[in-house]
Amino acid sequence: MDAQKQLYREEAFDLLAELEEALIELEQQPGDLDIVNRIFRAMHTIKGSGAMFGFDDIASFTHTIETAYDLIREGKLSVDEELISLTLRSCDQIKAMLEASVGGEGADASLIEEITASFKKLISSVQDAAPGQAESCPAGTCGDQVDGLNAEITYRIRFKPHRELFQNGTNPIPLLNEIRGLGHARVICHLKELPGLKELDPEACYTYWDIILTTDKDADAIRDVFIFVEHLSDIKVTKIDDYSEIDDEEYKKIGEILFDRGDISLSDLESILGRQKRIGEMLVESGKARRSEVHSALMEQEHVRNLRKKRMGAVSGDSTSSIRVASHKLDSLVNLVGELVTVQARLTQLAAQRNDHDLVQVSEEVERLAAELRDNAMGIRMLPIGTTFAKFKRLVRDLSTELGKEVNFTTSGEETELDKTVIDRLGDPLVHLIRNSIDHGIESPEQRRAAGKPAEGTIRLTAEHSGAHVLISVSDDGAGLDTEAIRAKAMEKGLISPDANLSEKEIFELILAPGFSTARSVSKVSGRGVGMDVVTSSIKSFGGTVEIASVKGKGTTITLKLPLTLAIIDGLLVTISDEYFVMPLNAVVECVELSADDRRRTHGRNLARVRDEIVPYIPLREVFSLGGNNPAIEQVVVTEIGERRIGFVVDKVVGQHQTVIKNLGKFLRHVEGVSGATIMGDGTVALILDINKLTQQVEFDESNLGGRMYHA
Amino acid sequence: MSKKILTVDDSASIRQMVSFTLKKEGYEVIEASDGKDALSKIGSGGVSMVITDLHMPNMNGIELIRALRTNPSYKFTPIVMLTTESHQDKKDSGRQAGATGWIVKPFKPEQLVAVVKRLLG
Repeated sequence: MDAQKQLYREEAFDLLAELEEALIELEQQPGDLDIVNRIFRAMHTIKGSGAMFGFDDIASFTHTIETAYDLIREGKLSVDEELISLTLRSCDQIKAMLEASVGGEGADASLIEEITASFKKLISSVQDAAPGQAESCPAGTCGDQVDGLNAEITYRIRFKPHRELFQNGTNPIPLLNEIRGLGHARVICHLKELPGLKELDPEACYTYWDIILTTDKDADAIRDVFIFVEHLSDIKVTKIDDYSEIDDEEYKKIGEILFDRGDISLSDLESILGRQKRIGEMLVESGKARRSEVHSALMEQEHVRNLRKKRMGAVSGDSTSSIRVASHKLDSLVNLVGELVTVQARLTQLAAQRNDHDLVQVSEEVERLAAELRDNAMGIRMLPIGTTFAKFKRLVRDLSTELGKEVNFTTSGEETELDKTVIDRLGDPLVHLIRNSIDHGIESPEQRRAAGKPAEGTIRLTAEHSGAHVLISVSDDGAGLDTEAIRAKAMEKGLISPDANLSEKEIFELILAPGFSTARSVSKVSGRGVGMDVVTSSIKSFGGTVEIASVKGKGTTITLKLPLTLAIIDGLLVTISDEYFVMPLNAVVECVELSADDRRRTHGRNLARVRDEIVPYIPLREVFSLGGNNPAIEQVVVTEIGERRIGFVVDKVVGQHQTVIKNLGKFLRHVEGVSGATIMGDGTVALILDINKLTQQVEFDESNLGGRMYHA
Repeated sequence: MSKKILTVDDSASIRQMVSFTLKKEGYEVIEASDGKDALSKIGSGGVSMVITDLHMPNMNGIELIRALRTNPSYKFTPIVMLTTESHQDKKDSGRQAGATGWIVKPFKPEQLVAVVKRLLG
């Protein structure tokens, strides 16, 4: 561009010299319009080319002067000495601006302002309210400058060129392509005016087009495309759909569209509508409309219908649209729903007691609504677990590089939804597990090759639903757990006695014990023996379990079984001497009766026979030191904990109960065997039993107190 | 093969600007300083588009457009006129002579390219 700027500078200097000469002449012959014209043209060229070559300062400065001379040309402003000298001073400034680009000192800004102000004063003295001659938008190019509106509007454009369109060298195809470039367009060509070959003038344009365009540009941008041909064609731009018409996706009937466009008359339409057939077909058959016209109208209909459908989809919230809400708002919503569920339970109970038919009806309605509201509120808290998965990719990459291992990390089940509170607490345990897999599980590339495995190890992180639980597993195709090494290590740490007879599963579970680590040296990544027991305790703290499966040489899979949500559980309501307790329903397998005879038969050992299976049970009355006498027939609630079945003996099973978990206060937080409390319909409090803890506690007591399943 | 465009202007700086801009867009450009020069350079075919100024010595733009439209080779060739004024009468006389489109000076390179694309595709 520099060569061009140089050229412009040279031309501008020539023009300025001519300008000065003309100005001096004008001073002597103030009335000579030819001289004024010369000055105007020179100014105009300096201005115009200045803008083109990047001398914007010159362009804007000369614009004011040019405006003044335009007024002189029109005889509105008279030439006087002041004007001439002002113009001459302007010339000096323009020269300075030209010099500035080649290292000159540039124009005097204050002087330019002064000159501009003086010219403006002259102009406004004759042109009161009229705005200074606005820089007209260069024809044919305005489209580039039109600011697009954000909302998309659909236009119907009929572009019907006159026969002589080709005579001035216009090719309509690039115009249609330009329209296509403005947005989403569909173009239909009409040939109905095409004459037979005999009458056909090959230099004439017989075709015309209908275009349905959805664009964020305005109608001016469309007309602008046709600006060169507006005198050579009929162009009709009609807005047929905009964002405001959101109410329904139905669009006009074919007949209406054709009538709108003037292709058929209203009487045509009405006479045709009398018969029953597809309107488009009928119009074509009757010769009232050409097939291409109907086709074009159909296309318009389809286009707009699709558009509206899409918009409806957007409004009614397709899966992608979402809002962010502070989590404490959700927490309080869930709390309120919890309260509502409690009140609803009371209402139900009251209605049942009163035996009031109307009240029962209302209470049932409330029950249904409360249940839906609860499910919805819980649903809001559900998040896909994929968000947590994503961050592990980075972790795996960094760790594997650091440890010199090649790891391919895959995830699946990202869409599995879990309560946000569960997801939040899942991050750290998963980090531990993945670290362990990379550090202990996956072997070095050399070892892997030697074992006939691909050098690159695979770690899979998966999530899936399983009833009221979500299973999250981390599996690797590494070395697997070495039972001998674990055993030896556990003995060394004093976790087991040397003669302990342990199943493979029990040995695997040893790695979950506090203070256990099999890594030979403490590496930067893992191996301090804190990982796994932290995982276990944090998973257990929210009602989950950890399971390990491993095949030596093939790999290890650690599965976390987590509850879907923490706030509300389905519980089984039971009573022991007029006290209410809730047991998590998802752990309950069945309820069986236990008579005094049954008790006697087992000789004091707490074992029940359930369908030929011996199930140990825990008499809760004794465990909780509740008074009162055992009823003649007690109930055993059989639960499944891990792989084991444990029964809990209660007085009475009341039934299923929607339980909103309330945390116990500070004083009671550490009471073992109770995970929380819930408020019953009549306002009484029921404790929620932590059956995992209860079982552990009783087992512990048993092993310490020699054979007794409980201590009173 | 790239399309050939003829630019006709008595101002060397405009010619060079047009030429530079269009070459960057991949067109081949030949230059002429007035209507006579243009007619002698255009030959019989091969030029896909003409961009011409209106005020030129020897033969002005209007006369050039008329001459080109009588030449069978250029009867349907797009011709763009450069006008320094947006006055309607000049535009009209150019249009009557057979100009396809126009660009009002001053213009920016992008505007030139937009018009060329609109007419040449």
